[in-house]
Amino acid sequence: MGAVTVSRRGLFKLTGAAVGASTLTALGFSPAAAQAAVRAFKLERTTETRNTCPYCSVGCGVIMYSMGDGAKNVKGKIIHIEGDPDHPTNRGTLCPKGAALIDFINSKTRLLYPQHRAPGAKEWTRITWDQAIDKIARLMKDDRDKNFIAKNADGQTVNRWISTGFLAASATSNETAWATYKVVRSLGMVVFDNQARV
Amino acid sequence: MTNLWADIKNTDLVIIMGGNAAEAHPCGFKWVTEAKHYRKVKLIVVDPRFTRSAAMSDLFVQIRPGTDIAFLGGVIKYLVENDKIQKEYVANYTNASYIIRGDFKFEDGLFSGYDEAKRDYDRATWDYELGDDGFVKSDPTLQDPRCVYQLMKTHYARYTPEMVERITGAPKDKFLEVCKLIAETSAVDKVMTSMYALGWTQHSKGSQNIRTMAMIQLLLGNIGVSGGGMNALRGHSNIQGLTDIGLMSDLIPGYLTLARDREPDYATYMKTRGFKPLRPGQTSYWQNYDKFYVSFAKAMWGDAATKENDWAYDWLPKLDVAYDVLRAFELMHQGKMTGYFCQGFNPLLSFPNRRKLQTALEKLKFLVVMDPLATETSEYWQNYGEHNDVDPAKIQTEVFRLPTTVFAEENGSLVNSGRWLQWHFKGAEPPGEALPDIDIMARLFIRLRDLYRKEGGAFPDPFVNLTWNYEDPLSPKPEELARELNGKALADVVDPKDPTKMILRKGTQLSGFGELRNDGTTMSGCWLYTGSWTEAGNQMARRDNSDPGGLGLTPKWAWSWPANRRIMYNRASCDVNGKPFNPAKKQVWWDGERWTGYDVPDFVVTSKPEAGAGPFIMNPEGSARLFTRGLLRDGPFPEHYEPFEAPVANALHPKVGPNPVARVFKGDLEVFGKPQDFPHVATTYRLTEHFHFWTKHVQINAVLQPQEFVEIGEELAKEKGISGGDMVEVRSNRGRIKAVAVVTKRIKALTIDGKKIHTVGVPLHWGFTGATRKGFGANRLTPYVGDANTDTPEFKAFLVDVKKLGQATV
Ligand code: SF4
Repeated sequence: MGAVTVSRRGLFKLTGAAVGASTLTALGFSPAAAQAAVRAFKLERTTETRNTCPYCSVGCGVIMYSMGDGAKNVKGKIIHIEGDPDHPTNRGTLCPKGAALIDFINSKTRLLYPQHRAPGAKEWTRITWDQAIDKIARLMKDDRDKNFIAKNADGQTVNRWISTGFLAASATSNETAWATYKVVRSLGMVVFDNQARV
Repeated sequence: MTNLWADIKNTDLVIIMGGNAAEAHPCGFKWVTEAKHYRKVKLIVVDPRFTRSAAMSDLFVQIRPGTDIAFLGGVIKYLVENDKIQKEYVANYTNASYIIRGDFKFEDGLFSGYDEAKRDYDRATWDYELGDDGFVKSDPTLQDPRCVYQLMKTHYARYTPEMVERITGAPKDKFLEVCKLIAETSAVDKVMTSMYALGWTQHSKGSQNIRTMAMIQLLLGNIGVSGGGMNALRGHSNIQGLTDIGLMSDLIPGYLTLARDREPDYATYMKTRGFKPLRPGQTSYWQNYDKFYVSFAKAMWGDAATKENDWAYDWLPKLDVAYDVLRAFELMHQGKMTGYFCQGFNPLLSFPNRRKLQTALEKLKFLVVMDPLATETSEYWQNYGEHNDVDPAKIQTEVFRLPTTVFAEENGSLVNSGRWLQWHFKGAEPPGEALPDIDIMARLFIRLRDLYRKEGGAFPDPFVNLTWNYEDPLSPKPEELARELNGKALADVVDPKDPTKMILRKGTQLSGFGELRNDGTTMSGCWLYTGSWTEAGNQMARRDNSDPGGLGLTPKWAWSWPANRRIMYNRASCDVNGKPFNPAKKQVWWDGERWTGYDVPDFVVTSKPEAGAGPFIMNPEGSARLFTRGLLRDGPFPEHYEPFEAPVANALHPKVGPNPVARVFKGDLEVFGKPQDFPHVATTYRLTEHFHFWTKHVQINAVLQPQEFVEIGEELAKEKGISGGDMVEVRSNRGRIKAVAVVTKRIKALTIDGKKIHTVGVPLHWGFTGATRKGFGANRLTPYVGDANTDTPEFKAFLVDVKKLGQATV
């Protein structure tokens, strides 16, 4: 399922298929009418995508407006985010954090490339994903093979790995959480926690 | 939340204590505003500071940080002694009438069974007395001196209004005003809602803070009822989901637990899990534990998990102790850990005692940070002057930093505090080479699996056999993972009563956890989520906000666990005959043949009221617990213990000050501060303009709250010669911060046990990366000790001293 576009102020039963290609069509305007307007609002040329605020657990609904026609080699760019007026919790409102989400997406301190810092180094070095995954997998395996505890002092089977730990997030999706759980647990990791406490 | 945000509009009284919803959950708080505006409902706020929530309140009471149980214990005493309880509810739906063992005791601050050397209890005596039939004995009149109700009454008799004032600093008359308002909701048609967050959890007795209010809500008949409930507002957008899916040391998805070392096989493990009813006619829903467990094992390992190998029982690790984050950093600090992964998490700023965290990280061989932003943790080895004064050359850790996508660049679901799984959609491509976390985990998995297949190594079986049958193994789709969490039939399933009847065809997405099997014919990653992605499609993406019944339940908007139920324990909103206590706010009811209503009944729908099953179907008693038996480590009744750093002795029992069973590591005990050196109480909190250490990377929010500050009451400021805008130093026995002083009327000095005590407020948002000015961070001050049950750090009550440094440099 790709990005699903929804029109505002309507009740949609999403069936898994994308609904309408442009907001105007969904609202019943014909594209010709829009083009005939003297000066179209910028938002009229955007695609609306439904999302939720990633910060707090109120889980406010947001609508993201993006430019870009979906053509190959055109990167969609979000130009505006506002509260979803149909959402039963926030009913269109957002707090100072949700209202500034666009600046989170475009933050200057967003990471763009995998980086590596060698022991004792003063700077980062840019590396490729392959290099990063290779090195990390090797470090993990060496540690696990060396320190995996198959049996405890009493001879009971315990199959745990405690010398490498994993701190999961609390703003990642359930689907990320499940993929993470599967990998972490099947390695026998028990030093495993999330943000529930802080 | 047992209830949901919009349901707050249905309440008759709101109490915000242990949280500050107006500041931290603004768009949820508006339901309080709605209740106040349209229904003239009152709002009580009890807090160490006059918060933004307090500014909206009808009654505000300031208390000393870390004294909530003393305050609420006093409320219990008031309710019981003034007979302000919902009697039918208490007698039938709680364990008030159950008889407790004769050898259970509470004396001088300790419950029976304490072992000082172990700092732990033998909890055997904290239990019911069983009759010859194996069921709990009870006295429905609540008169037996050994029944829970009478024991509770005796326990809280010590919490007089005078004692409450002495410990908390709340004036007696204000305290009694609160009691009176709360007591009004004991009427069958009146409810109160409790809204709390980390202001209750982040204490060395955090679980018991919440328990005390839960007891009050049970005494008032306010659980399971629209407009009532225990409403944990929670923190991050998906902390509920991460916990549901069990990303914690001891969990399996759906709140199942990992086996302990002493449980060698599946049969032994199940002996203490699938509880049998403790009272006649009860449901005891955990009797289905094995169905959930087997379906989970099938989701992990498919055909490789068989009845013969105990459903791959040994393929999951076993636990000797819980490895929560405080233990993780303790082990790191001792040099016992090699590697650490931080996925969207910034522990260098999030956990207590920065100095210890820094030293711990320096001992790692490797650190992997997966994050969309340049966190402090990923740069802990970098020198940032006084804000991170380290020498990179001396830090030998190899660090990786992997860029991830943000919410707008992926599909997926998050669980809000009302337990709604809400699906979201991708609206843009990620910048640079950023990848979804799922892809990073997938790439790591595939690479490691290749290595294990090629080289062999330590116990590869669970890893190389992990089910990973995604269309693109290097990039599983969120939709594929969501379907797996829901679960499906692995074989044709026939009706056990009539084998000619097919119930489920192989491959069918399950529609509810009632369909799960313990014979390996079904799989489900997380039984609680069964029903979220059915044959009818993705229920989490539903968008019909219609509201039959008008209570704001919107049952067709998104999907809530369990079973799309919006208010948990809703059977308790009806009397024993199945009639709503308050017909004006009907949720569910018995229609003569089955349970029905506007919400999904939290009950066996065909269970007749006269059969007498209790509404708390997860408990083997069928009732809710005023007395928790041995389920919490620090006592079956909450007791007031002082914070580990407290300005006074415990007025109830001077010999037992702080929680006697909270875990304290060696070395941390030594750096607790004494009141003679650190005379002021401090507490940490968030601001509405920021989310933890995340929004300081966001331009607008950085402009709104650009600089680290602390809040100091006028009286203390005068004593220290501090004016608003001055730079001050706040110091604990673990470290210091420099910040701008905000001198305020919103924090008053309190008289505690005859002593004048000041409270200092320390907001927590600044660090050394991002768009704000650089800051030191509240966790340089906070103590390394956690709640006795959850190990949540005690961020909300500790000791500091304050000193003026000079004029502000604006
Ligand atoms: S907009 Fe504000 S209240 Fe709503 S989810 Fe985001 S952070 Fe929470």
